[in-house]
Amino acid sequence: MATRSIGQLSPFNVVALTLGLAFLYLPIAILVIYSFNASRLVNVWGGWSTRWYAELMNDQAMLAAAGMSFRVAAVSATAATILGTLAALALSRGERFRGRTLFSGMLYAPLVMPEVITGLSLLLLFVAVQTERGFWTVTIAHTTLTMCFVAVVVQSRLGSIDRSLEEAAMDLGCPPAKAFLYVTLPIILPAVIAGWLLAFTLSLDDLVIASFTTGPGSSTLPIRIYSEVRLGVKPQINAICTLIVAAIAVVIVSASLIAKMSSIRGESAAPL
Amino acid sequence: MMARRLFARPARIAAIAPYLWMALFFLLPFAFVVKISLSQTAIAQPPYVPVIAIAEGGWAGFKAALAQLSLDNFRLLISDNIYVLSYLRSLTVAAIATAIMLLIGYPIAYGMARLPARWQPVAMVLVIVPFWTSFLIRIYAWINILQHDGLLNKTLMALRIVREPVTWLSTDTAMYIGIVYSYLPFMILPLYASLAKLDIGLLEAAADLGCSRLKAFWLVTVPISLPGVGAGVLLCFIPIVGEFVIPDLLAGSDRLMIGQTLWLEFFTNKDWPVASATAVVLLAVLLIPLLVYQRLQQRQLGTD
Repeated sequence: MATRSIGQLSPFNVVALTLGLAFLYLPIAILVIYSFNASRLVNVWGGWSTRWYAELMNDQAMLAAAGMSFRVAAVSATAATILGTLAALALSRGERFRGRTLFSGMLYAPLVMPEVITGLSLLLLFVAVQTERGFWTVTIAHTTLTMCFVAVVVQSRLGSIDRSLEEAAMDLGCPPAKAFLYVTLPIILPAVIAGWLLAFTLSLDDLVIASFTTGPGSSTLPIRIYSEVRLGVKPQINAICTLIVAAIAVVIVSASLIAKMSSIRGESAAPL
Repeated sequence: MMARRLFARPARIAAIAPYLWMALFFLLPFAFVVKISLSQTAIAQPPYVPVIAIAEGGWAGFKAALAQLSLDNFRLLISDNIYVLSYLRSLTVAAIATAIMLLIGYPIAYGMARLPARWQPVAMVLVIVPFWTSFLIRIYAWINILQHDGLLNKTLMALRIVREPVTWLSTDTAMYIGIVYSYLPFMILPLYASLAKLDIGLLEAAADLGCSRLKAFWLVTVPISLPGVGAGVLLCFIPIVGEFVIPDLLAGSDRLMIGQTLWLEFFTNKDWPVASATAVVLLAVLLIPLLVYQRLQQRQLGTD
């Protein structure tokens, strides 16, 4: 009887992996293929065509929403990266300080907090201080959500690096801020960039929080897509979704290239 | 040691900006949710009767404000079946979906952990990528597949498994497919992280001592993976309870999850106080899972 050695890949493992990955990828692949369908009937294949992409270029409302989404994502991701990196630094380098448990609690809670709660509570704040809702309120809301993701990604990187380097710099008389800029930051840069990219895609993707915090007349791309999707499947929606998937694919590929170039040591413990 | 002490203070300074931001935009807004949940509904803009600000009129003003607080919204939540049923449905759906994901995710995570070392990062990226892809798009992809003349029905009919198209959309089945599809990476990754730590030597030792494979799995592998199971379960369960988009697009509209009820009260009925009360109760329901999750997260990232 040929026994498999323990710890080897069994046929069962291979089947589980293959089915699992097929389940994750097939629906998106089908969506992409059907966006090139020439037929107006979504489920009848009428040959390859790019006509829906051409029609998309004439959809002013969709283009405006896309512009708004990209601006919100760029600004909020940048703010979130700065705040999130500072938060990660405080959590992994600071000794105990007053309110530290509350601080880490506030940073981890939004990761799982149902979006309807986060969205509603921010909206009520904005209404209470009588802010005009639109670009900035959505940007603030997205910064609040995504800085927590940045903090987790950067923090797990900070936990895995060699602290003696920055300590050596400071023992040699380097001020802490300078030691951070010249020693710590270059080492954690891949995680910081990955954090920015994650924040960017999360912002681009968010429907619920944006719906609560935006004002009349300023729709983001997901809000626009959502209102179309509710009315049913349309080839144009397949096309815009394919474009978003392509944009995100570019982001991921560049992220992994950056990670590869800077050759991350140890396991990347980022939970995301 | 000297350097560590030196670094501690700037780290505190680093905390100031994010601390203030989160206090202002995450913690403070909950106070407004509680406040509005205690006020009366009105047809106005914004649609509620404000509770008098405490600052106006000192102690007397404070007492007047207290007198104005109303628990009507919470009474409504208890007395009207719609809300109670919504909460129950949310908890049931989240529990069932999380259980399904644990059953599907465990073998996948186990398979990943058994891959040759150089393939493991690749498998991890493959699991993470769909998470980066837009949530809404992934649900939309399923609407494409599940609709009446969609690919699933076509395939089933071509294979002669069914004779007539099956109605998938607007059913619980579709909703569960959507939830499992969207949240599966959140289940797989923590499971994988804990299973990857499993020392094969332990399994060999168990086998040498006469333990069957199944028993070794149950006595060695499962206990080691328990932190991953806990993290995965909470990471899925908590947000699913408040899920809005998936049930809205894939499930039928006869039974609502609490996220949908809150959305309906807010956007359709414009009843902000009831929506706020719904949010307060939802938060209370999720408080214990949230606290457990916090403990796990703090331990995992080594900040506690």
